[in-house]
Amino acid sequence: MSTSDDPTTQTVRTHSTEHVITAGADASQRTPTWKKVIRDPQAAITIGLLAAIFLIGALTPLIAPHGPNDADLSMVNAPVGTSGYLLGGDESGRDIFSRLLHSINTAAISALIGTTVALIVGVTGGLVGGYFNRATQSITEWTFALLMTLPGVLLLIILMPVTGGDYRATMFVFGFLLAPGIYRIVRNLVLGVKNELYVDAARVSGLGNVRILGRHVLSIVRGPIIIAAAFMAGSAIAVQSGLAFLGVGSTEIPSFGAMISSGFRNLYVAPAQFLWPSLLLGVITASLVLLGNALRDTLEGSKPKAKKVGAGQRVVADVERDGPTDPDALLVIRDLGIAYPGVDGAPNEVVRGVNLSLAPGDVLGLVGESGSGKTQTAFSTLGVLPSEAVITGGSIRFDGRELLGLDDTSMAALRGSAIAYIPQEPMSNLDPSFRVGSQLVEGLRAATSMPRKDAKARVIALLDRCGIVDPQRTFDAYPHEISGGMAQRVLIAGAVASRPKLLIADEPTTALDVTVQAEILDLLRDLQHELGMAVLLVTHNFGVVADICDRIAVMKEGEIVENGAAEEIFGAPRHEYTRMLLGSILDEDAVRTDPPAAVKGVAS
Amino acid sequence: MSLLELEDLRVSYPGRGFRARHVEVLHGVSLDVDHGETVGLVGESGSGKTTIGRAVLGLVRPSGGSIRFASQEISGLHGRARRGLASHIQVVFQDPYTSLNPSMTIGDILAEPLVVHGATSRDARSRVRSLLDQVGLPNDAIDRLPREFSGGQRQRVAIARALAPGPQLIVCDEPVSALDLSTQARVLDLFVDIQRETGVSYLFVSHDLGVVRHISHRVAVLYRGDLVETGDAATVTSTPEHPYTQRLLLAAPVADPARQREKREERKRLLAAHA
Repeated sequence: MSTSDDPTTQTVRTHSTEHVITAGADASQRTPTWKKVIRDPQAAITIGLLAAIFLIGALTPLIAPHGPNDADLSMVNAPVGTSGYLLGGDESGRDIFSRLLHSINTAAISALIGTTVALIVGVTGGLVGGYFNRATQSITEWTFALLMTLPGVLLLIILMPVTGGDYRATMFVFGFLLAPGIYRIVRNLVLGVKNELYVDAARVSGLGNVRILGRHVLSIVRGPIIIAAAFMAGSAIAVQSGLAFLGVGSTEIPSFGAMISSGFRNLYVAPAQFLWPSLLLGVITASLVLLGNALRDTLEGSKPKAKKVGAGQRVVADVERDGPTDPDALLVIRDLGIAYPGVDGAPNEVVRGVNLSLAPGDVLGLVGESGSGKTQTAFSTLGVLPSEAVITGGSIRFDGRELLGLDDTSMAALRGSAIAYIPQEPMSNLDPSFRVGSQLVEGLRAATSMPRKDAKARVIALLDRCGIVDPQRTFDAYPHEISGGMAQRVLIAGAVASRPKLLIADEPTTALDVTVQAEILDLLRDLQHELGMAVLLVTHNFGVVADICDRIAVMKEGEIVENGAAEEIFGAPRHEYTRMLLGSILDEDAVRTDPPAAVKGVAS
Repeated sequence: MSLLELEDLRVSYPGRGFRARHVEVLHGVSLDVDHGETVGLVGESGSGKTTIGRAVLGLVRPSGGSIRFASQEISGLHGRARRGLASHIQVVFQDPYTSLNPSMTIGDILAEPLVVHGATSRDARSRVRSLLDQVGLPNDAIDRLPREFSGGQRQRVAIARALAPGPQLIVCDEPVSALDLSTQARVLDLFVDIQRETGVSYLFVSHDLGVVRHISHRVAVLYRGDLVETGDAATVTSTPEHPYTQRLLLAAPVADPARQREKREERKRLLAAHA
């Protein structure tokens, strides 16, 4: 599940929006991953650079004019452009150009060994540590934690007598030191994936653990692993060069570090010697890091988009501010259209020409199946449509005032005071790190600027009114300490705290048990009578509608197909779609009557 | 002899924290499912109904009692022996969005259990085609990815996967509660049709009495880890004996304003009487 960081949707989770958007986005997701990567300019350029550099490295034996350690005393510190010595000679009279080419291979081999070892150790450890039982988890966790505590570069230097100064052996050890990073990534991903239902389904299908890990778990976690590999390759090259710069290990091996070190010693005699290896090393490591970033953006789609904050919902149509007003209606929605950008950028209308009107104290049920646009209609009235949504036309008039085109500040003043909201998932609408009471007091004070003490007393009275047995205890509780039904009561208390004229409830009982649902509906009905507020109830459940609504509007594919009094629509639905929906209800009289099926062809 | 027999099944989960006490979620449940029969398991969240299904599937280890399938004790089976049961006991999960691997095609998802049990890839392919046909999906679904399908279609894929090895028992864990109303009815009909064709048994877990009534021959009501009432579907879902079942029945709203008003009053009377 993707969680949206959109500021406008933080308090209001847009479950059904996801459905609307992804319905049209299939084609873009079918593009192969590599194509998406290549299309990203940053990835394309860095991949091109790295490929060119390492290709040259591979061709070194053919194109390098000298061996890496061929010294010619007459060429000591030869200037750039000397014949046969393109970039000149170093302090020992070796050809800098040839040494550069050979160094590329050293870097490539370092990256290859370091990354491969880290991947093998880290991925295996992560899969095993994340998937199997607690004892295995503890063992791998301890092992990798121990690896992490080892001081990296220092250890590599200390181990020089063991590795014999061979940079390949050093990189092999360094791979183990890199492994905990990969282990952490893989383990956390596996912990997330292993409880997915399709992994359970695979287990039930009789697949062995190895096959499940390879086929169902690894395929999901490979994206982040590829990204991490790019960063690790850069880090392996940097460490190898660093060690060579310090003069640790064999001096025979041409490497960027050794060359930089030599250039460093000659800085005052021939400053250019220092430049070439630094430049190439810089280009390689920077390319790897930038490539890693580009891969992350394309594979994980985490490129943050700039957003206008506080501008309110986007409206592209001219809103008629002085249209006819209906003095009897509290909320009048006329000809409302809402669109989302489709795959090719063309707007995809999810709500078309919706007309609704709600009198004060009226309870209207907005009914429809998923993707019918019912939640979108409700959200546009609250002014909390996601930023990619565009209102293409119409008008939403609340208490004689046009809501479309209002900025966020003016909408925020209305929300919580005149228009209140109850969400579908009570738990995700309470901040887990604050006490329930303080969240309600904060909301109440934002809407009414009441003194803190009065606000607290009022909240406790409201909690009591909303059927919470020990209001003081709930007031002091954290959200995780209360049940889902209780959390919904808390949110209802918060919603009615400022005596709103309109309450918008989006599937307020869908996530609750049926006995709790009945209690919450009783509470809503009582509060509605008591406060005389209008209620716009978005739901897919006709039972809930029959229980509480005076009027019903049925939505299908973004349009309202039928609208009328509840008794009429339940009694004599006019539209075919309404009849189909009502016909699909599994009513009380339909009990299965046929006897258990005879077993065919299965011997037992 | 029943196909599936649960006797005094107990399950407990480790509590939070070091050496914490175990929390028992099933306090000795006895239940049986016959050949070709659907047993509906109703309860609210936290009642343990899903845990029973997971224990039968071997995804949760019981802390006591026994689970017998075709007269064989299966609660302690591990590894290869347990995997051998895969062709007899299958599952359809609630959420069709997370129960299919998003990176595999429908064909691969359906063929995998067949290939694991030794089918050649050509046999698997033709079996997949007939499965798709059986659950009413088009043949070209085979090369498409789960995200190209709606919730109801994905649930059909999940049903096809469960049918693939020709099981005798399918544990259905809220298989229609994530679906739209009109889709729900069609998927339930599919379940009934398949049962008539193949004689498979269902252990059908749901919180929705309407759904359970529609598909079950017998119904068991679970409340906080205890079985409070068992009986044939018509009796349990219309004239229940246990007060909890009565409460459950009266709490489910009906799609008729006048009848719902009566039902509401009746529920309030019942609650007042028990208060």
